[in-house]
Amino acid sequence: MIKTIVSTALPIDERFMIKKNVISHGTGKKRICIVTGTHGDELEGQFICWKLQRNILDNLEQLDGTVEVYPALNPMGIDSITRGVPNFDIDMNRIFPGNPNGSMVEQTAHAIIEDLKGADMVIDIHSSNIFLREVPQVRININDSDTLVPWAKHLNVNFVWVHEAATVLESTLAHSLNSTGTKTLVVELGVGMRINHYYGKNMVNGLLNLMYEMGMWKQSVDKEKIITPLLSIADEVSFVNATHSGIFSTETHNDQIVEKGQLLGQIISPLTGEVIEDVLSPTHGYLFTIRAYPVCYEGSLLARIHNL
Amino acid sequence: MKKEILFSMESPYRDTFRIRGYRFGEGEKSLAIVGSMRGDEIQQLYICSQLVKQLKELEDKGMLIPDHEILIIPSANPFSMNLEKRFWAMDSTDINRMFPGYNLGETTQRIAAGLFEAIKDYSYGIQMASYYMPGNFIPHVRMLETGYEDIDTAKLFGMPYICRRKPLPFDTTLLNYNWQIWETKAFSIYGGQNNEVEGKESTSTINTILHFMQRIGLIDKSIRAHCADYNSVLLDESELISVNAPTAGIFYKKKDAGDEVKKGTPLGQILDPYEGVVKSKIFAPEDGVVFFAHNKSLALQNTPLFKIHKF
Ligand SMILES: [Zn+2]
Repeated sequence: MIKTIVSTALPIDERFMIKKNVISHGTGKKRICIVTGTHGDELEGQFICWKLQRNILDNLEQLDGTVEVYPALNPMGIDSITRGVPNFDIDMNRIFPGNPNGSMVEQTAHAIIEDLKGADMVIDIHSSNIFLREVPQVRININDSDTLVPWAKHLNVNFVWVHEAATVLESTLAHSLNSTGTKTLVVELGVGMRINHYYGKNMVNGLLNLMYEMGMWKQSVDKEKIITPLLSIADEVSFVNATHSGIFSTETHNDQIVEKGQLLGQIISPLTGEVIEDVLSPTHGYLFTIRAYPVCYEGSLLARIHNL
Repeated sequence: MKKEILFSMESPYRDTFRIRGYRFGEGEKSLAIVGSMRGDEIQQLYICSQLVKQLKELEDKGMLIPDHEILIIPSANPFSMNLEKRFWAMDSTDINRMFPGYNLGETTQRIAAGLFEAIKDYSYGIQMASYYMPGNFIPHVRMLETGYEDIDTAKLFGMPYICRRKPLPFDTTLLNYNWQIWETKAFSIYGGQNNEVEGKESTSTINTILHFMQRIGLIDKSIRAHCADYNSVLLDESELISVNAPTAGIFYKKKDAGDEVKKGTPLGQILDPYEGVVKSKIFAPEDGVVFFAHNKSLALQNTPLFKIHKF
């Protein structure tokens, strides 16, 4: 059943709406919410929302509980290929928990939190940005690691990154929910503006596996197909940033072990024909992020490696 | 006057990115002024350029108080200004949300780090700021409540208001916040608008800053800077009464920032965008002064159109 959780008038003959689909079956009281589309340039979640619902609707007798799917928390952003909220020039994931008396975008954030609160699990799906390609991973604030890591392991991701707490991240959807007792896992996978079907199908298997573990999906997923993720706990990640501006050219794929000193790519000059910089791995480890967007400035992130 | 490049970075396709600084006087690092950090902060750039011009004249005439140094950075983001984009164009990041910066981090973190390194050791810091919502303000000094904010010094600007605000988690990366944490007395000046340079507002902001420099002992007392000198009203941002749009549509404004209103005074109307009829009338909820007024002709529902400071 489609429900509209926010509906606000726009100036000229249009309403701003956030919708969810609610699928219930059986007598179970468990509720899982799949949310995505906070950043308008991230689309992997769109395929996952569709594919998950296809699987559930085709096997509805397996469901014992409620699945709620929110494909677009920032519908205007998706519509206009804008990462933030178009009218406000603001990153939606920096204004939670919102404010019921604030501007339209703050009220929207508040309404989203109120709607999600109390769910047994929220999965917040992101797909990086247009610059970086990510292996399927779950990101967890170190303060929530005891509660969340066991659940993240069921999600069929390659990597679980438990990162240090940062004040600025306190305004995210996940932090707002986790700090008030609603378990929320942040998933990152793929790259902005594209859909990777292989990653998407794996994530759907992970979601069904998680629902099985939560006791709301009766059919066990083939456990041999569920990836045991590499766990990275605070400060074990090396960042590789560009030392020079230019075009980052690479044939390296993420999701592999790299050696210290291994060539990850080059920064080249289309004007002079020079190689400006050989980009070398600073460490032996698991390469989980690699730059997808070629143009880079000094400081642009090129790769992230979990130290082994 | 000493002109120098405080930070530079090669670009893949454009000229070198440069942050220029103008230094006046020698001695104790007394005052740093930062103009535009966003590409649409033209008034902020203009005000700094006029201060550079005036300080150069004062220095030539020997009217700077000795043993103090003043640094002015008219723009920390000429690249976005030349593109007419508010934020760093490649990744839409905001330099003013990157402090104290990180010199091994992402591009705008490095720019913020380079800028902060140049300005962090001054006793006083002024940022020519702008607001994320489009609108007109009563000129005021703005400061985050960090425990280090210095209200008495803020009064030396003689602006009508000093507006103090509790920082949200997101605000801990602002220049004003980090300047204060590094023990600079930091003030954000809101002159009114971003895009206009003409008019009284720019001139009075320039004079307000010269006035402040006189009062903290950086320039000669005999210089005449014509501007109103108010006994500033201190207000906490949470005290402002927000008047939100009851409906969306064409916004027809009847009162503007600075206007005094009585309870019930019509502030504006929302019109049906196709049929022209009045959909809602907006009235002042209390006696007071309009502190902020939305300045676009379309209004979104529930979005603040006015903020009133109650008498
Ligand atoms: Zn995202």
